[in-house]
Amino acid sequence: MATDPVTPQAPAGPGARREWPLWEVFVRSRSGLDHRHCGSVHAPDARLALQLARDVYTRRQEGVSLWVVRADDIVASDPDAKPELFDPAADKIYRHPTFYVLPPEVDHM
Amino acid sequence: MYTQAMDLPTPAHEQIAARGPMTLTEREWQAQFDAKLDRGDFIEAKDWMPDAYRRTLVRQISQHAHSEIVGMLPEGNWITRAPSLKRKAILLAKVQDEGGHGLYLYAAAETLGTSRDEMLDALHTGRAKYSSIFNYPTLTWADIGVIGWLVDGAAIMNQVPLCRCSYGPYARAMIRICKEESFHQRQGFESLLVLMRGTQAQRDMVQDAVNRWWWPSLMMFGPPDGESTNGGDSMKWGIKRIGNDALRQKFVDATVEQAKVLGVSLPDPDLRWNEARGHWDFGPIDWDEFKAVVGGHGPCNKERLATRVKAWNDGAWVRDAALAHARKREAREQRAAA
Ligand SMILES: [Fe+2]
Ligand SMILES: [Fe+2]
Repeated sequence: MATDPVTPQAPAGPGARREWPLWEVFVRSRSGLDHRHCGSVHAPDARLALQLARDVYTRRQEGVSLWVVRADDIVASDPDAKPELFDPAADKIYRHPTFYVLPPEVDHM
Repeated sequence: MYTQAMDLPTPAHEQIAARGPMTLTEREWQAQFDAKLDRGDFIEAKDWMPDAYRRTLVRQISQHAHSEIVGMLPEGNWITRAPSLKRKAILLAKVQDEGGHGLYLYAAAETLGTSRDEMLDALHTGRAKYSSIFNYPTLTWADIGVIGWLVDGAAIMNQVPLCRCSYGPYARAMIRICKEESFHQRQGFESLLVLMRGTQAQRDMVQDAVNRWWWPSLMMFGPPDGESTNGGDSMKWGIKRIGNDALRQKFVDATVEQAKVLGVSLPDPDLRWNEARGHWDFGPIDWDEFKAVVGGHGPCNKERLATRVKAWNDGAWVRDAALAHARKREAREQRAAA
């Protein structure tokens, strides 16, 4: 499946081209934390996307900063390529600190 | 909330969707999909999924979204008539939440490859259903409190298990929604408490509202498990985790105690504690009424749908103008950059 997770397949039916484009919304819940994906909104432009994202996703002080990104600008990895992409890390346990057995006196390092 | 209408039969054209036998790759994908469900993994938007799973989700999530949006109407009726500024602000916030719930859910459904306009078209032309409860009228201010207490209360019972449903985008939307529903139920109950401490006329108004909303609230859990056509597949796919009857019983057990605190009676002569079962027994539900309301013959079906269609049509020029403005500005900026 090559479709992007956040881009719906071409909508069918009359008037489909009149639909406002889709934007993905990212919220920083408080300073010191990363922006996190929280959902999507439809909006005609970036300014309104921010405004609508504020109304839809931060009605209870859920955030101090918002990002909006056009959904069709997001490039995502192919889920069918998951094994090639991510499995090679599985057998490299020496990349983790727990791989190394140290004497108890120094084991806190 | 309001997932109940989703237990309606699968349309015949979907049941007999003509398709050949599975190819080898499809069988592998199906096996991987089944294994994921068995492990309790989430299915994500880009993952392979059986067509029937996708269709079931699109139907359930979009009908759930429609219910949130149509559900704004009965309560919206009372925003201008709320008895105080405080109650008006609370009701506005609650109705705005329901609009937000609809939007979270439409977005979740869109990840499955349907478009917002297609879903709205299905609602506006009557092809898609929404929860039967919103086809009842809100006659007095007490109805607003009772909706918060009973309707949102039933919604919470229905929705909490959906936070663990197998489709990731739906589960995440439900987590967000459930966080907000608790406010809905508590504000409703508290406003009823205030009325019950008021005059006899106010207490009578609450009792009258409870009498009218009790049975429709029980119907929100959908038909008995044996008659619910989509229940089996939904259970198998981890979309539904708990059966309609078990959820309904849980709701009755919780609500009987709350009614005592409030000082109202529930309109069911058969309601009694069953020591052996450890549950409250309750009387038979009028499923003919349920079917009539779902089928379009409730007290407010026509009015609700007409209101939605009018709002959509009246807003068309605003949506078109905003899009035209955005395109014009984009073109201007591109020219300036060139
Ligand atoms: Fe809701
Ligand atoms: Fe609610």
